[in-house]
Amino acid sequence: MNINKWEIGPIFRALMRNKVGAVLIAIQIAVTMTIIVNSIFIIIERSKLMQRESGIDDANSFYITNTGFGDEFDSKATTIADLELIRNTPGVIDAVQINAIPNSGSGWSMSFQTEPGENKEDQGAAIYMVDEHATKALDIEVIAGEDFTPSDVRWRENGTRDWPDTVLITKVLAESLFPDTPWQEAVGKTMYISQTEPMIIKGIVDKIQAPWVGWSDLEHSVLTPEITQFSSTRYFIRTQAGERDRLMPEIEEALASANKQRIIRGLRSVEETRERSYRGDAAMIKILSTTMVILTIVTALGIVGLASFSVNRRKKQIGTRRALGASQSAIVRYFMLENFLISSVGVIIGAVLTIGLNMVLVNVFSLPSLDWYFVPAGMLVLWLVGQIAVFGPAKKAANIPPALATRTV
Amino acid sequence: MFSYYLRLALKSIRRNPILSALMITAIGLGIGASMTTITVNYLMSANPIPHKSDQLFYVQLDSWSPFEPANEPNEPPDQMTWTDATNLMKAKKAFRQTAMASSGGVVEPQGQDEKPYMASIRLAFADFFPMFDAPFLYGSSWQSSADDNRDYVVVISKSTNDRVFGGKNSVGETIRIVGKNFRVIGVLNDWLLVPRFYDVTTGAFGETEEIFMPFYMKQELEMTNSGNTNCWKSPEGEGFQAFLQSECVNFQMWVELRNDDEKAQYMDFMNNYVNEQKALGRFPRPLNNRLSNVMEWMENQEVVADDAQIMMWVSFMFLLVCLLNTIGLLLSKFSGKAAEIGLRRAVGASKSDLFIQHTVETAVIGVAGGILGLGLAFVGLEGIKTLYGEFVQNLVGLDMTMVASAILLALISSILAGVYPTWRACNIEPASQLKSQ
Repeated sequence: MNINKWEIGPIFRALMRNKVGAVLIAIQIAVTMTIIVNSIFIIIERSKLMQRESGIDDANSFYITNTGFGDEFDSKATTIADLELIRNTPGVIDAVQINAIPNSGSGWSMSFQTEPGENKEDQGAAIYMVDEHATKALDIEVIAGEDFTPSDVRWRENGTRDWPDTVLITKVLAESLFPDTPWQEAVGKTMYISQTEPMIIKGIVDKIQAPWVGWSDLEHSVLTPEITQFSSTRYFIRTQAGERDRLMPEIEEALASANKQRIIRGLRSVEETRERSYRGDAAMIKILSTTMVILTIVTALGIVGLASFSVNRRKKQIGTRRALGASQSAIVRYFMLENFLISSVGVIIGAVLTIGLNMVLVNVFSLPSLDWYFVPAGMLVLWLVGQIAVFGPAKKAANIPPALATRTV
Repeated sequence: MFSYYLRLALKSIRRNPILSALMITAIGLGIGASMTTITVNYLMSANPIPHKSDQLFYVQLDSWSPFEPANEPNEPPDQMTWTDATNLMKAKKAFRQTAMASSGGVVEPQGQDEKPYMASIRLAFADFFPMFDAPFLYGSSWQSSADDNRDYVVVISKSTNDRVFGGKNSVGETIRIVGKNFRVIGVLNDWLLVPRFYDVTTGAFGETEEIFMPFYMKQELEMTNSGNTNCWKSPEGEGFQAFLQSECVNFQMWVELRNDDEKAQYMDFMNNYVNEQKALGRFPRPLNNRLSNVMEWMENQEVVADDAQIMMWVSFMFLLVCLLNTIGLLLSKFSGKAAEIGLRRAVGASKSDLFIQHTVETAVIGVAGGILGLGLAFVGLEGIKTLYGEFVQNLVGLDMTMVASAILLALISSILAGVYPTWRACNIEPASQLKSQ
């Protein structure tokens, strides 16, 4: 194909005669690309975070807090009675008393190490205090070793400082603690809490996330076999599919009327808990998406506006070219190519700005750095936006009758 | 003359309705987005107590582990141990001082129909109220003697007073909290602090507490820990008292120091105190104590969320695109008027006349865009409220300053956007335009 047919030379020279308009479009395209690419990157990162699974049965679980007051409140008797009541409610798969809820934002963490003593390498992990009903209630699986038995479980009083002798840990924690051996071999090994207190790993569970969704070791969790005798305790309840919404108020009511020496509060589904914990990320995604769409429209309209204007101004020349034999497609091609040249400058500047902004985000806000392919993808998108935007005015230009050349405008 | 230019401007805007609408919308969108994010950032970074923020200091003592700092790089813990909090309070070396802790407890209203409920409790000293300008509706703070005597007295919030006492003056009445009877000594008025600077360890934008109780009740009634408890070393021994004597941090402390001398003296006192404690075998780290005034502490605790800042910078870039757009459109518009401008120049209008005329035109567009932008900012803030829920309800109000700055920002940006197109338009040679007609 003969390159001269594309008339790059004349287009370029014509552009040079009206630089300002072209420069404005190029900068708009560059900044738009910068925002869009970085936004998409942030959006993808955030959705990845939100899609991480908690490891428990989110859809069918809820929890409720029980706070005793008054001198006659008996935490131990209340817990036993409550758990029996809940577990015997039709529609409930199982229930467990637990000290913290995965993904809820508050909980208890401790450091664990494989050698006793001060200043040894350690791993932080969330602590879930549960009884032998935990695996069924939380919908987690013991994938190596053994589950808790009723005889493992003890009562923990307020102010108790020591820990049960046997625990279950997550697979990811097993891998972090014993990086040199396969995770299955962690079963039966000893790890140390509070620097020196030994715990034997009785089993390994597949997955249960910690309460803090922003934490880098989100899958480091330890299950300790104990029921707490605190004045405030929490029940985690898993229901059969579709029964959750019916059972939530029912169980709240049943607990409240079973014992007047306490208040029943904080009824919430695990789904809602997750939604609340990730609300900031969800909001950021929505805000950035909206910004991106509006920005693209604004930039496209700007291109349409300036192109229409330049078509209007060149009506006479276009008429003349048509009169001299240029086909309609040659006119369309002229404007498309002109826009392509401008966009090319724009996306090249845009690529530089995109990487620059990402570097700022990495340095100032510790965001991860952009994967390289986002940049060419962004360039391609902006090229397309430009071509689509300019097509309308170009089509209009092509429809200018050759006879116009003979008239004075 | 101005009104004539204004008439001309409106006429010109009406002549190209689509182009004008496009410009106004572009400016409006840019301003709307920027104002929304500026408002959120402005409120997040607001000084909650401007007249004395540089006299209130948050106290940090580095009581952490010998092997690692509490926070990288070498930051002392953001809270204090019970031992240190009570020792510093007993020393009373500052003009005013209060150690604090957050807790919670069940309140049992007297009436039969009101159910017991869980209330948030702040444990503090008498100085807390004058230090942080707590507004009293009835009564007053408790006396300092009540702190040391461990009197069962409380100051309650307006909402607690409404809920438990039906809004009457309840000073002197009895309220049952955590199973004990307390005497109400004061009732606070509505107290909104944005950020709630006196304790940001559990998030900067929480509500002020429902009940305020003398600090030593923590020990007396074994009040539960709220907020964060961090330990580098496990408590020695069992039980609540062992926890209080441990190296776990769960307490905050503020002092009021009126000038630099007092600050220097207090710093000396803190360092001496830590050295004394070192002699007792505590504080294994090198001296690393801090006094941060309110705004320094807000900065240190990164009260302004990263996301809010990112959004603000994105919205500024958005505004930039909108303005570039407007410049382009104005260029088109004014060069379409070349003939008219040439004619006016030919019949005697000076360049500066034309410049003013077109500046008025861009200003009209700017103000219109600003008003639209303000409307969009309201929509944007409502949107943020819906997206983020109750966490941000105190961060999404527009005040007069923000309204005025929105209009001003729109005006300045549109005039700036108009300068180059206007300048180009004014430099049109009258002859060139007249010839071609």
